[in-house]
Order: sequence, then C-alpha cells, then structure tokens
Amino acid sequence: MELQIDDSVLVKSYVGGDEKALEVLINRHNQKITSFIYSKVLDRDITEDIFQDTFIKVIKTLKRGSYSEEGKFLPWVMRIAHNLIIDHFRKNKRMPKFEGSEDFNIFSVIRDEKLNAEKQMIKNQIDSDLSVLIEELPDDQREVLIMRIYKDMSFKEIAENTGVSINTALGRMRYALINLRKIVQRNNIVLTN
Amino acid sequence: MEEVYSEAPKTCKIAKARPETISFLLAFSKSYEVATYKNLKFERTLN
Repeated sequence: MELQIDDSVLVKSYVGGDEKALEVLINRHNQKITSFIYSKVLDRDITEDIFQDTFIKVIKTLKRGSYSEEGKFLPWVMRIAHNLIIDHFRKNKRMPKFEGSEDFNIFSVIRDEKLNAEKQMIKNQIDSDLSVLIEELPDDQREVLIMRIYKDMSFKEIAENTGVSINTALGRMRYALINLRKIVQRNNIVLTN
Repeated sequence: MEEVYSEAPKTCKIAKARPETISFLLAFSKSYEVATYKNLKFERTLN
C-alpha cells in the first residue's frame, strides 16, 4: 500500500521551499480540478487556462505566506477555480463569443466576402493588364471608357464633358468594348479570375 | 430510417490538464519569489 502524505504536510514543505511538494499536490488533484472546470466551461482550452490561473494564484498565495490552514487544501483550490470560472463567464457576457459545436460550424454559413490572397493577386494582375490594353484604344473611345468605368460617370455627364451627344458617347463605349475584345483575342490574353 | 434529432451526449473527453501546463506551473513556481523588507513584500520572477 502506498503511503500518502497529507496535503497539509505537503503545503508546509512547499512553503518551506520544497518545490517537489507542489508537483505532488498538482498531480494529486489534477483530475478533480480539471474535471470540475471542464464541467462548467465545456471547453478544453479554457479549462487549461483556468487551471493554470488557479495554480498561479495558489503559488502566489502560498509563497506570500497568506494561506491559512483553516480549511482543506483541495476545497480552497476549488474555490479559487470556481471564482475564476465566474470571472470567465462575466468577461464573456460583456463580449460574447459564438464558436458553434462539433457538427455545426458558424463559418460554414457566414463567409468573408473579401477575395483571398491568391484571387486578389490575380485580380491585380488583370487590372494592370487591362490598363495596358486600354492604352491601345483610340483616344475618343478610351476617354469614354475611362470616364464610364473608372470614374463612374453617367453617359449624360460624359456627353457634357466631351461635348458630344449621349448617343455618340454610347457608340464610343460600344466600340471601345468591341475593340478591347478584339485586342484580347488577337493577343490570346486570358482575363479571367 | 428514423432521423435522430437528439443532441450528441457531451462526454467529458479530458481527465487531466496537459503536461505542458503542469511543467509551466512548476517552472513558474521555481522562478517566483517573494522578498520581505521592513514589513513590505516584493514579488519577483526570475527569468
């Protein structure tokens, strides 16, 4: 039969400088404390965090000499863990976090609409290729295309700015697009994302 | 086949804190000291 040294004896030796005593205490109560925390927070990582914070408090209190042997060691540690669990829930109430469960992941419903790094690079490449192709267009067509696409102007505004009728502006835009397509086909350029 | 709509039972998958957590705590304990000077207590953590 294994001889078990009492918690209070181990606490005394630890306070007296025996670091090994702490290891025995932690290992002895590891399972009880971890299960207790996990039963409340139901998250492995949070359990580890709270377990760690609990023992940091225990270490600090013991080394400061503020621990009084009124109750038992384990109930005292459990009380510290319990208070830290409450703190955790208070913090989360102020800033709730939704993570979903194993069979439902919130990120399968909510998506980040932004392009990923690869798609963004492809888009930048296409944009820069296109700006080179636009330079190939005749001046009047290029002017209308830039005003419409890059400056987001209406055909009425384009007509006023270029001193032509709306129909002419529309026609120039149409030819600009037709010519762009021709340049793309002629040079076998692939402009897809 | 009938669909099972009941939640999967929440089984406790952990029994103990990770060994890394324990070794961190033991290392912290070794590095943590409280010095007393004229009724004042100073905490220090050795790196």
